[in-house]
Amino acid sequence: MIVNALLVATGGFFGAVARYIASQWFGKRFPSVFPYGTLFVNLLGSFLLGLITGGRWAPAVSLLFGTGFMGAFTTFSTFKWESLQLGEKKQWKALIWYLAISYTAGVILAFLGYAVGAAIDPHHGER
Amino acid sequence: MKGEVAAVPYLIVGVGGILGALLRYLLGLYVHFWWQSPFPLGTLLTNLIGCVALAWITTRLLKPGSFQTWIRLGFGTGLIGSFTTFSTFSLETVELLKRDLWGVALLYVLLSLWGGLLMAWVGCRIARSQLQKRAKEAESA
Repeated sequence: MIVNALLVATGGFFGAVARYIASQWFGKRFPSVFPYGTLFVNLLGSFLLGLITGGRWAPAVSLLFGTGFMGAFTTFSTFKWESLQLGEKKQWKALIWYLAISYTAGVILAFLGYAVGAAIDPHHGER
Repeated sequence: MKGEVAAVPYLIVGVGGILGALLRYLLGLYVHFWWQSPFPLGTLLTNLIGCVALAWITTRLLKPGSFQTWIRLGFGTGLIGSFTTFSTFSLETVELLKRDLWGVALLYVLLSLWGGLLMAWVGCRIARSQLQKRAKEAESA
């Protein structure tokens, strides 16, 4: 239990810092009303979590990289806050694109990640 | 010396990230303990709570200032950002679809989509009315 919590905490630390770095980088590189940074971390994280889960990695690996890192790297609250801001600024087109791409691409990438993860399953053939 | 100071925001976000990830993990374990249905209630609750909290904090601390910036970074970007998760949401939707639970998957997506927006709006409204009340009190004092 303590070990599990430590794995999640370690992943959470690096996931949050990686998200912060990514959002700063995108903010500088692509200054826009459109939240490219959050979209990028959420889509990449969805793919990678799919990969980890599809590969049926050891529970410790899944807690560190999945629950800890990917859980913290991706964010739902910032996504919704940015959506609300786009609505308040009446940027309807950007808002609809942001919601549509996040939900459809997020699910599709998680699905693809899962398929790739299952294909390169490290325990393949052991069972 | 300059490098050390520049590392401080990252440390604040990281420590917030530790707390956020742990809270999400514990809430998930707790919900899993009594919730038997395939509907991913744990993640939905986490995400909706986080939406209210982030909108409230960000609106409440909109004024620039070093204290406000640290709180926004630690609690907003770090803690609440890590507490809520998008990757788990995406993956759970895929898992529901794989089990042919299309209705549950649709309900999950719609509740996340509209519930999240509604919760963010609520958090923002609460913070604004508190700020207005405070401004009125300052005026009459």
